[in-house]
Amino acid sequence: MAKHVSTDRRRGFKHALIFLIPGLALLITFMIVPFVSAFIISFTNTRLIARIPARFIGLDNYVRMFQDDVFGRSLLNIFYFVAVVVPVQTMFALGLAILVNKKVKGATFFRTVYFLPTVTVMVVVSVIWSFLYHPQGLFNGFMNTITFGNWTPIDFLNNKAWAFPAIMLMSIWQGVGFQMLIYLAGLQSIPESLYEAATIDGANSRKQFLYITLPQLRSTTTFVVISTTILAFRLFDQVYMMTGGGPEQATYTVMLHIYTQGFVRQNVGYASALTVVFFLIVLGISITQRLILKEEREVA
Amino acid sequence: MEKLRSKKKTDFISKLISYILLIILGFFFLFPLVYMITTSLNPDERSIERQMGSARAFIPEQVSLENYGNVFDRMPFGRYLFNSVFIVGTTVFIGVIANSMAAYGLARFTFRGRGALVSLVIALMIIPFEAIAIPLLLMTARWGWLDSYHVQIIPFIANPLYLFLFYQFFIGFPVALEEAALLDGAGWMKIFWKIALPLSKPIIASVAILHFLMQWGMFLWPLMVTVGPEFRPLPVAMQVFFGQYPRLWGDIMAFAAMMTLPVIALFVLLQGQYVRSVAQSGIK
Repeated sequence: MAKHVSTDRRRGFKHALIFLIPGLALLITFMIVPFVSAFIISFTNTRLIARIPARFIGLDNYVRMFQDDVFGRSLLNIFYFVAVVVPVQTMFALGLAILVNKKVKGATFFRTVYFLPTVTVMVVVSVIWSFLYHPQGLFNGFMNTITFGNWTPIDFLNNKAWAFPAIMLMSIWQGVGFQMLIYLAGLQSIPESLYEAATIDGANSRKQFLYITLPQLRSTTTFVVISTTILAFRLFDQVYMMTGGGPEQATYTVMLHIYTQGFVRQNVGYASALTVVFFLIVLGISITQRLILKEEREVA
Repeated sequence: MEKLRSKKKTDFISKLISYILLIILGFFFLFPLVYMITTSLNPDERSIERQMGSARAFIPEQVSLENYGNVFDRMPFGRYLFNSVFIVGTTVFIGVIANSMAAYGLARFTFRGRGALVSLVIALMIIPFEAIAIPLLLMTARWGWLDSYHVQIIPFIANPLYLFLFYQFFIGFPVALEEAALLDGAGWMKIFWKIALPLSKPIIASVAILHFLMQWGMFLWPLMVTVGPEFRPLPVAMQVFFGQYPRLWGDIMAFAAMMTLPVIALFVLLQGQYVRSVAQSGIK
């Protein structure tokens, strides 16, 4: 570092301030203030458009949550979504990364094809897949063909059992390319010499995968699992576009509930309480995941 | 000799399996996008409905751009496109400046509380936008910001992840050139603009791409803060268009294609950079 930067701390701050002000002021105003105010608002009965001034109502909003069956349902739904999408998408992404990392001609071309859905806006993806899931759509047509006409068309998005799996498949299709690219970077950072040494020692490719690839990718996996989980928890666009949370709340998510309460019904106080719980769950899960994955690393 | 031949044979088989998998997966990722394009080119709605469940949907009976014209007749598509491009362009442009400046301030100067500030930025990365959406809505509504461009731009300029990516870049960046300029009497602001920023092109590209993708697809926020076509961006316009009955799938797919194909073309061109951007977002 330049000498007079490190020797004079006050002058360092004076110089830094001009650089820091715009970015930090924006972060404080549009992230920290709303984040802190979510906690405060959650103890009031604030409404979006206020006719009467908001009142402090203590823990009422939190008590109300326990009686709110719709919220309970949305929590169960989102855990279901996360429990399916996160492991499937993570393993799928790793598989794709290994495949496009092979030294075969055209691998780059396929890598490009696999990430195209990730640059397609979720709203557009939802529209296309609504068409695919139509009772007369391509999925029903395909099933009809491979069962030689013995398929009863399913209205996937209006079917209680099928609607959520249908949205899960679509979400994985859209998102997996991103994790594939992260895994690909992880794979390429593993030193080639490790594999060479293993080959000389006579380890087959399955053993090399289990004892070199997977352990070397542990921090990548930590990142992929945590970021996919957080993304999955935020589920909103797809269900809003495709089912509106139905049929019979089968696809109703926490974010949809926060949107409905805070925006549609204008119960900002209650929606803020939901937001606080939502954040604490996301935080709790990412801390737990980090601890578990770290522990595994220490054992291994 | 025998062993060598069998190794060649297994190599060939494993290559063959790789290709079969690559191609099947290629179809899996491409068919919805191809379906969007072929449907958008079919001007006959009845033929679309007749064919939608079969492979013939991929080969339209007639090909025309009629559906694309319909979109413009039924909606101010050009206005939505302008809104999206303007909002995203402004956010990303100012975002690069604000985030890189703050990162530079944290990376290049020593002062009390610097470490705490860096930790704060890292901590902020955990907060998903959804966890502040409702209080931010309340705040901006009280300020009378609803239904405007700035309500869709200003809150999204500064971002802890992008700031941190710049910070990491500046920390690992040799300062010799900047020190030399300092000895020549240049001010820090000048050094930042004339030396540091021009040398940061790789990280600027990475951050701009990630920021662009996030803003371009944004849906929940503009759904809440825009009312009419004046300030509405493309994703919300798509939702409105999709909600109009009877659903004319040809028109809907034309809308979807116009929103998607330019971005896909851009990312195919910039794919090397995109792959690097995503990889960087994963390095923590």
